[in-house]
Amino acid sequence: MSEIPGDLKFMKSHEWARVEGDGKVTIGISDHAQGLLGDLVYVELPAVGDSIEAGTSCAVVESVKAASDVYAPVSGTVTAVNTALADKPETINEDAYGEGWLYVVEASEPDQLNDLLAPDDYAELLEEDDH
Amino acid sequence: MPAKLSPRPPEKHRGHGPLLHRVSVRWPGGRIAAEAIWDNRVFPRTDGAMTRKTILNDSHRALGAKMVDFGGWDMPIHYGSQIEEHHQVRRDAGMFDVSHMTVVDLGGGEVRPFLRRLLANSIDKLKAPGKALYACMLNDAGGVIDDLIVYWRGDDRYRLVVNASTRDKDMAWIGTQAASFDVQVEERPELSMIAVQGPAARERVLGLLDEDDAAITGKLGKFAAAELAGTRFGDLFIARTGYTGEDGFEVVVPEAHAIALWDALLAAGVKPAGLGARDTLRLEAGMNLYGQDMDETVSPYEAALGWTVSLDEGRAFNGRDLLEGQKRDGAPRQMIGLVMDEKGVLRHGQKVLTGNGEGEILSGTFSPTLGKAIAFARVPAGDVADGVRVDIRGREVPLRVVKFPFVRDGKPQ
Repeated sequence: MSEIPGDLKFMKSHEWARVEGDGKVTIGISDHAQGLLGDLVYVELPAVGDSIEAGTSCAVVESVKAASDVYAPVSGTVTAVNTALADKPETINEDAYGEGWLYVVEASEPDQLNDLLAPDDYAELLEEDDH
Repeated sequence: MPAKLSPRPPEKHRGHGPLLHRVSVRWPGGRIAAEAIWDNRVFPRTDGAMTRKTILNDSHRALGAKMVDFGGWDMPIHYGSQIEEHHQVRRDAGMFDVSHMTVVDLGGGEVRPFLRRLLANSIDKLKAPGKALYACMLNDAGGVIDDLIVYWRGDDRYRLVVNASTRDKDMAWIGTQAASFDVQVEERPELSMIAVQGPAARERVLGLLDEDDAAITGKLGKFAAAELAGTRFGDLFIARTGYTGEDGFEVVVPEAHAIALWDALLAAGVKPAGLGARDTLRLEAGMNLYGQDMDETVSPYEAALGWTVSLDEGRAFNGRDLLEGQKRDGAPRQMIGLVMDEKGVLRHGQKVLTGNGEGEILSGTFSPTLGKAIAFARVPAGDVADGVRVDIRGREVPLRVVKFPFVRDGKPQ
């Protein structure tokens, strides 16, 4: 498994969030998640301008073996989506924490980020789950 | 807390018969249970037994396989990328550990009469020893208990290879049926099986045999088998059969030699492929999966297996009455092949809408060769030329009805 970047925060359900310099939040799924889903073949993303609510499904990733909901770590308005994934969903398998990002949101309640797991806590969670 | 990044709730299963269980690919801790589509034929174990391992279990793990429970067996689903393994088999050669499948040897003075009754296909199509036949084993009502391959080994000796997930009920049924014949039934759990498949598969296997054995094996026609005694891998049973739509062999090898054969194949450039690739390969090849495409509530005619039914004169076989009726009047349902040109993946249980009524997706997957979703669906009988749609999460998506195989000799059809 690849290193977990230190600037990410995680949901227990394996989504990550990164607060960018402009205060916006980029969302993706963890490397652990892509590894278990297997080859991704289709991604359904929200539209720019959509309002999303923390804890609700706002995207779908489909691998050869399963369709999974991606839950929003924070509430807010979608300002950008990774359109490159339409043609190359496998980017998520190759670079889950980088080029495989899903969408960017302007957070309406940034405090929600405090409820997320720090990288070490997430790593610990994965480790516990291994037992 | 409800699971997040969780599988969509399974689309309502509208079929009949036994529940099609889906083994979850357990996310550690069970937080995420991604629904695996290839293991729908897994039936619940009723004996409470531990998960079984093939002799190649450590080999799979050493190759980095992701292991899952498949019909009570701990099996490799992939070794990194299911799609790459799929392409490897279509383009060169891959191998599958299929030792979990059940090998049953039959002997005795009345084997042929017994098989005439047991199978919907006619054993009398086998004119020479070494030939094989694909057939359905039906219950008295014409429903499919299992599909299998029967090999004639010579004289009164036959070999069946049946599905792993249906082993217990198959053995019970075969045992009951055999009781009124002079037939001995012997399961062969000490035999392993490796399927080597792909355009280069045969030459790779032949390269591991001595000259005489390679000559014999190289001459095998499709759906024929050879028995080689005393090879460096023990006594081998090599059949030119498979479940991928590619040329290749299925090699039955004594468990004691299975690892050596596997390692020799690896050294010869054959790459391991998991059950995930096996599922996409067989669906592209238009091959049914028991438990998903047919079961005991479905007749062969409703599962596009009419070509395996032989209504040869004077042969009383299990389920014949129902098949005669469906042959005469038409079966109420049919199985069709579908391609979705829009993005997305067709999956088992999705609702299918036709002009004649609703049906459902049986096997459905993303086809790596076509780059789009393909599926079998069971729908009401009748013309489907006026269009078929699928309900995906509340959205109706048009589908193309196509003949299958979806892929033949590595090429889209």
